[in-house]
Amino acid sequence: MAEKVLMKGNEAIAEAALMAGCRHYFGYPITPQTELTAYMAKRLPKMDGVFLQAESELAAINMVIGVSAAGKRAMTSSSSPGISLKGEGLSYLAGCDLPAFVVNVQRGGPGLGGIQPSQSDYFQATRGTHGDYRTIVLAPDSVQEMVSLTIKGFELADKYRMTAMLLADGTLGQMMEPVSLDADEIVTFEKPWAACGTGMKRPNNIINSLSLIPEELEQWNLTRFKRYDIVEQNEVMYEEYMMEDAEICLVSFGITARVSKNAIAEARAKGIKAGMIRPITLWPFPKKPLLAAAQTVKAFVTVEMNMGQMIEDVELATRCLKPVISCTRCGGVIPSPDDVMAAIDKACEIGGAAK
Amino acid sequence: MEHKRITLFAGHYGSGKTNIAVNYTLALKKQRDMVMLADLDIVNPYYRAKDSAEALEDRGIRVISSFFANSNVDLPALPQDIYAITDDKRWTCVLDVGGDDRGALALGRLVPAIREENDYEMLLVVNRFRPLTRDAQSVMEVVSEIESACRLPFTGIVNNSNLGAETTAEDVLGSLAYAGEVSRLSGLPIRMTTVEERILPALQGKVPDLFPMKLQKRPTE
Repeated sequence: MAEKVLMKGNEAIAEAALMAGCRHYFGYPITPQTELTAYMAKRLPKMDGVFLQAESELAAINMVIGVSAAGKRAMTSSSSPGISLKGEGLSYLAGCDLPAFVVNVQRGGPGLGGIQPSQSDYFQATRGTHGDYRTIVLAPDSVQEMVSLTIKGFELADKYRMTAMLLADGTLGQMMEPVSLDADEIVTFEKPWAACGTGMKRPNNIINSLSLIPEELEQWNLTRFKRYDIVEQNEVMYEEYMMEDAEICLVSFGITARVSKNAIAEARAKGIKAGMIRPITLWPFPKKPLLAAAQTVKAFVTVEMNMGQMIEDVELATRCLKPVISCTRCGGVIPSPDDVMAAIDKACEIGGAAK
Repeated sequence: MEHKRITLFAGHYGSGKTNIAVNYTLALKKQRDMVMLADLDIVNPYYRAKDSAEALEDRGIRVISSFFANSNVDLPALPQDIYAITDDKRWTCVLDVGGDDRGALALGRLVPAIREENDYEMLLVVNRFRPLTRDAQSVMEVVSEIESACRLPFTGIVNNSNLGAETTAEDVLGSLAYAGEVSRLSGLPIRMTTVEERILPALQGKVPDLFPMKLQKRPTE
């Protein structure tokens, strides 16, 4: 195994993208993800890659569309308000069935909000902008996982010809941890659909999201959603943590999952059987393990840095079979283990679990 | 410990300048009465010297920091108090300079007075485990970028090679050759090798000029 290095989350994403074969980065600086852009600016020119600080976020996502249409791995990154600006391009990528890797290092909102960490773009990431489409959303909880999920994100994007979004937050982007940069296997795909020159050997490939014939546009959507079904069947990722005997199931992703693990240790020390299901893919959402847990646990606790967004997916997945208690902080505030512990206590009372 | 009136910590982004500056200021306070720490970081919005301001001020250390540091305002501004560093020579000062050439740029306005007084130490912080400064050659690139941005030459090296909480004594020992190579290429002496207190016993007597430090901890770790 290669020697570990000490990296910021933002830098680790950038380095992992290079490992995945990405040589085209387009972005615009915004706190708290700017180190990613700065790192690419330093590294890509030395690798014969393209680093371009675009004139706007909208320009950057359209550059991604162009490079992706030509069959190359491309990415852009931003933080919450900047992702909103890229919104149009995200829908166009879906409409054109183009792969892309997009990073959102979230900050507090709405509006200009703040620069401290949040998870308040959960709805935006999992629901998207205009039109019927899906985005694969990956939620790392460590700098090491930012490396592995970046490599995985490029793979899934190419495999299903859609956008994979890495949804991190300001804390993960800024924190430093030792990471191993051993390359996982880099999986690549033939792209016979790419518009990269016919060589006079085939008809033109046309990449387009416009159709004025309703029946045709409907057919495009139906075909696309058959592909989404396969993603839902095959690509769900989650971590089960101390769930064997759990009576209280925490559901949390990203940085709040780490706080939740500390709270679980505290709860277990008090005799409360707490565990966690940590969604790693926010879409496709781990519905099956949550529904299975709903048969055995007494109550759920969702822990998020927003006003309660993922809780809706948990209630849907568990068909509201058991009470779901929401533990949230927002505006850039990270919940403390005590905040989570208070929600666990409440869940024990409402769900009737042993304390 | 021997020291100049002004000690500056500069270096590559994320090399550990803030943590060293805070620990160094605390050590200075044991020797001197009027000690100040100036947070000149206009690059990094998170994890700044200001995080430790309360603990430092409790010990009678003056902390100068941007009014906007750690607020929700992302504004690269410095407070007027920074002129106290060069104007009021009663103070022993530690300067935490922002990372890379972009961070060092903020130092420029103080440099003429610092050079004129000529009672300073400009320390280059290096960490072998940072991916873009893994060898002495790449450190030299950073050195020339920083020196041309702030127009103040380095006078010494701090070997801060570490992997955060996972650092072992062997990691520190293994970094000595790297620090030595930086010293050879730059012609600068190694002023100190930092070590987390946890692994200090394993290194005492084996490494010259050890500087013990505490790690700043956060609730998500």
